[in-house]
Amino acid sequence: MEIAANGSRAASINLPSGSGQRRAAGRCGGWKLLGGTIGIFVSTPGSSSSPQVRQQGANMPFGNTHNQVKLKFTSDQEYPDLSKHNNHMAKVLTPAMYERLRSKQTPSGFTLDDVIQTGVDNPGHPFIMTVGCVAGDEETYEVFKELLDPVIQDRHGGYKPSDKHKTDLNAANLKGGDDLDPNYVLSSRVRTGRSVRGFCLPPHCSRGERRAVEKLSIEALASLSGDLKGKYYALKNMTDAEQQQLIDDHFLFDKPVSPLLLASGMARDWPDARGIWHNDNKTFLVWVNEEDHLRVISMQKGGNMKEVFNRFCTGLTKIETLFKDRGHAFMWNEHLGYVLTCPSNLGTGLRAGVHVKLPNMSKHAKFEEVLKRLRLQKRGTGGVDTAAVGGVFDISNADRLGFSEVELVQMVVDGVRLLVDMEKKLEKGQSIDDLMPAQK
Amino acid sequence: MANSFTRMMTGRNTAVMLAVGAGSLASGYLLTESAAAAERRRLYPPSADFPDLRKHNNCMAAALTPTIYARLRDKTTPNNWTLDQCIQTGVDNPGHPFIKTVGMVAGDEESYEVFAEIFDPVIKDRHNGYDPRTMKHPTDLDASKITSGMFDEHYVLSSRVRTGRSIRGLSLPPACSRSERREVERVVVMALSGLKGDLSGRYYGLGEMTDREQQQLIDEHFLFDKPVSPLLTAAGMARDWPDARGIWHNNERNFLIWINEEDHTRIISMEKGGNMKRVFERFCRGLKQVEHLIQERGWEFMWNERLGYILTCPSNLGTGLRAGVHIRLPFLAKDPRFKKILENLRLQKRGTGGVDTAATGDTFDISNLDRLGKSEVELVQLVIDGVNYLIECEKRLERGQDIKIPSPIPQFRK
Repeated sequence: MEIAANGSRAASINLPSGSGQRRAAGRCGGWKLLGGTIGIFVSTPGSSSSPQVRQQGANMPFGNTHNQVKLKFTSDQEYPDLSKHNNHMAKVLTPAMYERLRSKQTPSGFTLDDVIQTGVDNPGHPFIMTVGCVAGDEETYEVFKELLDPVIQDRHGGYKPSDKHKTDLNAANLKGGDDLDPNYVLSSRVRTGRSVRGFCLPPHCSRGERRAVEKLSIEALASLSGDLKGKYYALKNMTDAEQQQLIDDHFLFDKPVSPLLLASGMARDWPDARGIWHNDNKTFLVWVNEEDHLRVISMQKGGNMKEVFNRFCTGLTKIETLFKDRGHAFMWNEHLGYVLTCPSNLGTGLRAGVHVKLPNMSKHAKFEEVLKRLRLQKRGTGGVDTAAVGGVFDISNADRLGFSEVELVQMVVDGVRLLVDMEKKLEKGQSIDDLMPAQK
Repeated sequence: MANSFTRMMTGRNTAVMLAVGAGSLASGYLLTESAAAAERRRLYPPSADFPDLRKHNNCMAAALTPTIYARLRDKTTPNNWTLDQCIQTGVDNPGHPFIKTVGMVAGDEESYEVFAEIFDPVIKDRHNGYDPRTMKHPTDLDASKITSGMFDEHYVLSSRVRTGRSIRGLSLPPACSRSERREVERVVVMALSGLKGDLSGRYYGLGEMTDREQQQLIDEHFLFDKPVSPLLTAAGMARDWPDARGIWHNNERNFLIWINEEDHTRIISMEKGGNMKRVFERFCRGLKQVEHLIQERGWEFMWNERLGYILTCPSNLGTGLRAGVHIRLPFLAKDPRFKKILENLRLQKRGTGGVDTAATGDTFDISNLDRLGKSEVELVQLVIDGVNYLIECEKRLERGQDIKIPSPIPQFRK
């Protein structure tokens, strides 16, 4: 019988379907603390559904670390019912793959079921393809590559496991971008995320880790100066006046309500160790411990994307240096670029976008086609799950991985310029056929 | 990487897992699980992880001290369930200034033992001073002991008794894996298929029912939905919905079982009208038969003499029993003494939509407040006597006579 470290309970559990097994009445009294025994986590290639797993109280305080208990059941018994699901994870995760991966864990104890829980709980939407998995730490992308590589490939336009991602945060490489017509382009914004190496990610981190990330962030950000000098507001300490101001500035983030995020465990312990930092000018903003360790946002009214991107690159580079000075790098590797919680944000994690008035263009039959060719996406001005109001759209890059930051912002700048030109033509009753772009 | 550790493991024919990619705590060299865990514990002592409970108002927050947390944080049950997992719902839901929620759940039967240092004070707080270390809980499902169990149907519209049962050996809804949950479903559905006579019925899996079946169950108020209350979702009970969830009911539609909602099973006996005795009699008979049927296959319910029937939420320990009626009390509803009368009778009122609803008009859901420390028979008798008293008050008020607040029913010393 397996799993001696678990004491008497293990001895009586053996649950083949259909047969009765006696459960000893006194069984519940025989638990043991797992503090003493050394266990070694193993993963043998091609192992079957009952590998020699010995797992020690290795868990982060939170997490599905009773993986070994599940291994007493067969893979078929544990495999989720994905028949009504429509997300990247469900398309890729076969019973055979589940069997191969389910005995694995990252060093911090993140398991396959932890990765996929959000995708199991949220079957998806017939029109929107969600990702359906998250990472709990940097190693998730290695340990579960068999699942995540095809998910990444599917989500990021064919990006292969052997591909390399370029990082380019040199704002000087951006051509133009300071000349978008402010009569149409109401505001410009660039955001990305960063994860601090050595800490678990929001779905899996303990309170101690999350607080440590916050503390580090506060220290690093406090060292910013000049037009980047600013102040941190912890979510749990802010006064009503501060809160209202942050809401009015559209800076405040709230406890996630989306079941996609809740099901992954990112909202645990809210609002502990969550907060917002912004500079005095209100053009550079950092969210701490929301969906990622850090979300970094540069924004301003009007169409000067170049200035927004300049500040973004300068600020990010400074922050990275400040973290390195304190002994912490950002999670990054040359295959996946910057590592973030959701596979959809790998690479640059960058979304550069504008709020732009396109009342005519948006009603044009070819609007979607134009966006697709320009590698842009539209959203409502409330963000990812909202509809457009008054002909004003949020237009941003559709890609994250496989293009550098400069390349993506360039696509947005060039694409939005073209869309505004098209809008102007349609206003005059002219055709836009000669302006149709080629597929980027 | 050849070191003595690897050689030792090779001897056991195992392979060390890659701890890595771009490096973690131990960038560049292989760490075993336990070494990584020890390193984390060193970096994060219990004080680093102690939750901020200053704005909290639930039983867990009132009882959990940094000292208790430090002693319990690194313990696990045999299923590897931890303290942090028990308390997550209470950390995430600070509570309400007027309602004191429990703020913690059990992941398995052993949780109540391994984490007794926090569960015991929470139980004491919630159950009026019941001390699991010194007291025993009486179980009594002999419905023949009930007296005067027939209410005046001019006032009582319906009668209902519910409880929960957990299957020993399988983790509870916050913790269970998909196979355990499916196993609960399999075991219970198989047992229920053995019920006969007025108890014979059928099962509807939540994921498989047709639209028509679903509508029928909604119309009968039988269908339960995916929990939306953050108290439940934060505890992880809604994972994998609707996998292995379902509803069973008998053909007569007065005996109903929910599978894998907030507990392994919830058992409900109900009918229109005021015949509480018959409702309870069917309840006891059905429960005993189900227990017998699972025992035939080597299973049993979670139960012990300190805590009675073991359920997910500590508030449902003991009997897990809520016996209640829907009752119209138009005069009493307006009387300022109503609340005190209920309190002394150990009854609570809810709206007719259930625990989180408000009463509409003059119709109330009246049920027992207590769950632990009194037997099923005692609690149902208490409800019967209490409801009869309420009806008496209502009749007196109708006739313009005065009513009296009854003396309080004795409780344990706090």
